[in-house]
Amino acid sequence: MTFEYSSAPESKAIVKLDPVYKLYIGGKFVAPKSGKTFATINPATEEVLAKVGYAEKADVDKAVKAAQAGLKIWSKMAPSERGKYLYRIARIMQERAREFAVLETMDNGKPIRETRDIDIPLAAAHFFYHAGWADKLEHAGVGSNPKPYGVVGQIIPWNFPLLMLAWKIAPALATGNTVVLKPAETTPLTAMLFAQVCEQAELPAGVVNIVTGDGATGAAIVNHPDISKIAFTGSTDVGKLIARSVAGTNKGLTLELGGKGANIVFEDAPIDETVEGIVNGIFFNQGHVCCAGSRLLVQENIQDEVLEKLKRRMAQIRMGDPLDKNTDIGAINSKEQLKKITELANSGDEEGAMRFSPSCTIPGKGFWFPPTIFTGVTQAHRIASEEIFGPVLSVISFRTPQEAIEKANNTPFGLSAGIWTDKGSRILWTAKHLRAGVIWANTFNKFDPASPFGGYKESGWGREGGRHGLSAYLKGAK
Amino acid sequence: MANSTPRLDVKKTYKLFIGGAFPRSESGRTYEVKSAKGVFIANPSLASRKDLRDAVVAARAAHSGWSSATAFNRGQILYRIAEMMEGRTSQFIDEIVALEGVTPAAAKKQVEQAIDLWVWYSGWCDKIGAIYGSTNAVSGSYYNFTIPESLGVVATFAPAKQSLLGAVQALAPILAGGNTAILIASEKFPLPAISLSEVIGTSDVPGGVVNILTGSSAELAPWIGSHMDIDGVDASGLNKAQEKELRIAGADNLKRIHTFKESASPQRVLSFMENKTVWHPIGV
Repeated sequence: MTFEYSSAPESKAIVKLDPVYKLYIGGKFVAPKSGKTFATINPATEEVLAKVGYAEKADVDKAVKAAQAGLKIWSKMAPSERGKYLYRIARIMQERAREFAVLETMDNGKPIRETRDIDIPLAAAHFFYHAGWADKLEHAGVGSNPKPYGVVGQIIPWNFPLLMLAWKIAPALATGNTVVLKPAETTPLTAMLFAQVCEQAELPAGVVNIVTGDGATGAAIVNHPDISKIAFTGSTDVGKLIARSVAGTNKGLTLELGGKGANIVFEDAPIDETVEGIVNGIFFNQGHVCCAGSRLLVQENIQDEVLEKLKRRMAQIRMGDPLDKNTDIGAINSKEQLKKITELANSGDEEGAMRFSPSCTIPGKGFWFPPTIFTGVTQAHRIASEEIFGPVLSVISFRTPQEAIEKANNTPFGLSAGIWTDKGSRILWTAKHLRAGVIWANTFNKFDPASPFGGYKESGWGREGGRHGLSAYLKGAK
Repeated sequence: MANSTPRLDVKKTYKLFIGGAFPRSESGRTYEVKSAKGVFIANPSLASRKDLRDAVVAARAAHSGWSSATAFNRGQILYRIAEMMEGRTSQFIDEIVALEGVTPAAAKKQVEQAIDLWVWYSGWCDKIGAIYGSTNAVSGSYYNFTIPESLGVVATFAPAKQSLLGAVQALAPILAGGNTAILIASEKFPLPAISLSEVIGTSDVPGGVVNILTGSSAELAPWIGSHMDIDGVDASGLNKAQEKELRIAGADNLKRIHTFKESASPQRVLSFMENKTVWHPIGV
């Protein structure tokens, strides 16, 4: 007999959508100067959720001026009091966690299980962690007299909208900076809900300013002369563009960019746990994860066993309504992203790799891509070198640990890697030789506010989280 | 020895330092270096793009060994450089006085500061991780730590003035972090940096760990900016316009590009290190 899941949808009643969301500047919700708006949709249903303001240069300028005004209060406030505002924000986010989770799932398409258990609790934890730093900045590692940059421009992606907002805003505020933040074009709604949290926390006007828009809005932030530091999370191509734009200015810059993480499975790995780790590494958040374990490097003598168990496990993955509490894989965030994933996966077929996906029902509306693995992948294939940012895994075998390291490091990226083995000395040897900023050994895709995150090589500049991430928002003697 | 003709000095040919050897520029080019008083002193090499590329190949090849040497071993080698320099103090003083036109006392002070700076950075090799690494109290049953590691191949432009101290402050922190280096010597006052390469060549520093080029910073900077196998650049010795161009070109592989004011600062070491965070579950 077969067991069927009954649907277990989370109620949408907790979310009260406004028809139009304005910009949040200087503690007020203001319409963009041009009056322009754009729609944000639910990628699982393609229904329009709301209109949001489209910020242009004049609006960014207004936000920067508000942030400069806010800086006068914020940077001079007793650090312990500044910290207390962050504690307040953390608490209100916890109080309204379910509302955030449902809204995030609607706007992003990711499963409610993930927003409820990962995105939102981690975002709140980020504020709680950084709150405690506000009055301890002389221990941040940049000398005895660290100073904030001033007004910080922050641009965040759509894959973890509220969590990336927290990664950006919490350390910036703890260190006495004020911010102008632009959420991603396709996922602006939880940022606007966060603006309401700032109001409830009675955060001084101008400390946090949120401008919604697209790439042009981002460019206006990057090029604004009164912004002292840019923090960007997104694609490597845009990251390089920003690096060129700020060359010759005194702006600070941190970048969290793309990746092509190697998940290395040695012959002595505990196979069942490893298969769970592989699934978590590539199918978590529909593979919309810069640190995804998108290249599976498996030792040749156990490849068949690993792949057989992986395929069996993939057949159990449930793709569908993101608001259903049983859903494992939700919707692809946008039509554009689906097109990119489809194109790259097709290149895998064309270049001779073999595709496998379990049979699963694809909903009639929305953007969907089934969990997919490619075997017979060589290092020259596009799917072995380019970031797909979707639920697509490339499987490559190796014979010796040295070969695993060579293949793992054979990429311009250097964000994450995984190691699966029972042997402690092999873990440490492998971790030492991998050129990547975050190494998960016998686990994958774990995040914490206390743990520095960020990449080597073309995966970025600087770290986010922990003391290392905090120090990126401070200027010290150098 | 009956001949009363005065003895003629044996002068040194000042050459490049690449991969542990002292070649001339492959281009065959040299340029004239004069004393502060305008008297000819030497014809050092005018390094070319090809010399730079050779230096990068040597530095890349040396990185694996140097970065995996124990921190204690690296510290001993940097200290050895200080020892070797001390014995050549008078030579360095003479070169600095002749080139920079400063008093012997000022030159002596510069040499002593340079030697002491090697000693200071030597001591950082096995402490930087303890001070700037961390164990991270994550919310879950995981052991989680962050350690600084070497970045790779780092190019550095010595500042124009204080030719010896400038070269040492540009080199020592890069080496202390486990990187291999390509130093572009002060264009106007290159000779102390070349003599420094002779010190390094006899201080147990593996070939290729330090490479020193003389010539035109303006000519070499764009090639350094666009070289895809250089990981970081200390641009302190460049002017603002050159630094901007370098940063634009360097974005192609997201080079870590920094400038510094302090001679002795752990930030000089850390700026050319990457932080690696490792997670592992705790369980039985």
